[in-house]
Amino acid sequence: MTWPKIADIAASVNTGESSAVDLVKKSLQAIEKAKDYQAIISTLDDRALDRAKQIDQKVKQGKPAGRLAGVPFIAKDNYLTLGGKTTAASNILKPFESPYQSTAIERLEAEGAICVAKANLDAFAHGSSTENSDFFTTKNPYDKTRVPGGSSGGSTAAVVLGLAPFALGTDTGGSIRQPAGFCGAVGFKPTYGLVSRSGVIAMASSTDVIGPLANNVDDAALVLDVMSGPDELDSTTIERDKQSYADLKLNLKGKKIGIVKEYMAEGLEPGVRDVIESAIDKLSQAGAEVNEVSLPSLPLALAVYYIICPAEVSSNLARYDGQRFGYSAAEAKDLDESYELSREQGFGAEAKRRIMIGTYVLSSGYYDAYYKKAQTVRTKIINEFKTAFKSYDFLVGPTSPTVAFKIGEKIDDPLKMYLNDILTVAANISGNPALTLPAGKSQGLPVGLQIIGAQKDDRELLAAGRAFEELA
Amino acid sequence: MSKLTRDDVLKLARLSRLRVSEDEIEKFRSELSEILEYVQQLDAVDTAGLEPTYQVTGLTNVDRADEIKAYSAKPADLLKNAPAVKDGQFKVKRVL
Repeated sequence: MTWPKIADIAASVNTGESSAVDLVKKSLQAIEKAKDYQAIISTLDDRALDRAKQIDQKVKQGKPAGRLAGVPFIAKDNYLTLGGKTTAASNILKPFESPYQSTAIERLEAEGAICVAKANLDAFAHGSSTENSDFFTTKNPYDKTRVPGGSSGGSTAAVVLGLAPFALGTDTGGSIRQPAGFCGAVGFKPTYGLVSRSGVIAMASSTDVIGPLANNVDDAALVLDVMSGPDELDSTTIERDKQSYADLKLNLKGKKIGIVKEYMAEGLEPGVRDVIESAIDKLSQAGAEVNEVSLPSLPLALAVYYIICPAEVSSNLARYDGQRFGYSAAEAKDLDESYELSREQGFGAEAKRRIMIGTYVLSSGYYDAYYKKAQTVRTKIINEFKTAFKSYDFLVGPTSPTVAFKIGEKIDDPLKMYLNDILTVAANISGNPALTLPAGKSQGLPVGLQIIGAQKDDRELLAAGRAFEELA
Repeated sequence: MSKLTRDDVLKLARLSRLRVSEDEIEKFRSELSEILEYVQQLDAVDTAGLEPTYQVTGLTNVDRADEIKAYSAKPADLLKNAPAVKDGQFKVKRVL
């Protein structure tokens, strides 16, 4: 099923040409029909239909219903939402009903968008395939025997299957871009702090960002435009661009584009290389000045990430202790046993691995050798990005070294699974914005081009994405 | 220090308030050792003269006025997910 562009849907709702109730029903029916793909954890039927009726009513009264009037969307199930459960695809949060809602969803709803469902993910967003979901694995829309990528695999598959015009994801090490690449969607990771994370379940707070998954850059840019900007509930938020993120036109002619040498190195699947090289050719033909650029420390980003991320995960997951919310082991005899048993039974293997690695690298005697060292190498990576962006407008490369892999292929080897993020983590370590766009296919499966922008150049980056989209 | 021992795993599990089963001890020992071995490649990186980065967009000490603000959720909403509640408070198992 395909949807018109989001701006067009909203316009037709605002003129009374289409009804928000019909759009919500259409989305819920599509979700029901695509059940086999297991992209969705829960639907918010009643709340969504109520909101749709209110929007249709508003239009009847001649009032404007917002820039996203009646547009259904799907949120990754680590966004707190009212009117249903928020599980993070984890057993420990399986019964959790949030008492408040994330800022991102509040802002989208204030412009008339309607959250219809919650999408599957690797539990607590720990993973690259949705196989770490404590509930079930989502299937790739192009091949049911393959993963959709992760951790925002449910959101991405949902958009590509046409279950809603857009979905929300989170990207801590590549979790929006890698599934976007694997499923042929547009995925945008904004500059760190551009969008409030209040009400989004924390994973690694110094790299977590949230962003849209969509079928085209215009849609992603419009959603970003509505969500971004300072929020007093998230003190890491930064000032947004004064102008809209959705309307910049950019001519590629004369733009300086750097092909990241380290991203085109060995280990790249030949089919992926072909698609990326032909995408780069298109950029050249459009008049961009394309050259190879080396950022020698980028290959270290994954090791940096797998120290910083578990360290922050171990702190952020400390709150799941079975006392105030979430799963609690009934048989525990005292408080200490209640903590241990609730966490043992409630967390999956990947959460446990990350908690223990994080505890190790933060423990006294190892802190300097691991955590501080990683944060110092982080500075080196940031400096290389800064230097590169003095000479280049954008950096490009593949999103992942391979196409979507088979379900079950990597799940027994955690380190092999981590290597999926090798080309995406650096932008999280440095806080730069990065965009994944469908660039072509290899073995019948989508390949995503990754474009990285300078920090806070989100608007220019989206414009470059739109320009590329027009070439392809 | 990358090869963890069985005791290391038990100590980490205890520090993390995670109980691990007998089968899991060896599994975690080998998986965690492999991950630590991978990240140890950073040891060889020259970082002389560089400071660690903890915040990437340059924000420091974001303050707000110390005043009470209205909040959307009511106390009852905040207690509704608790496994046990007594007199409007979280009830936990005995400590000692």
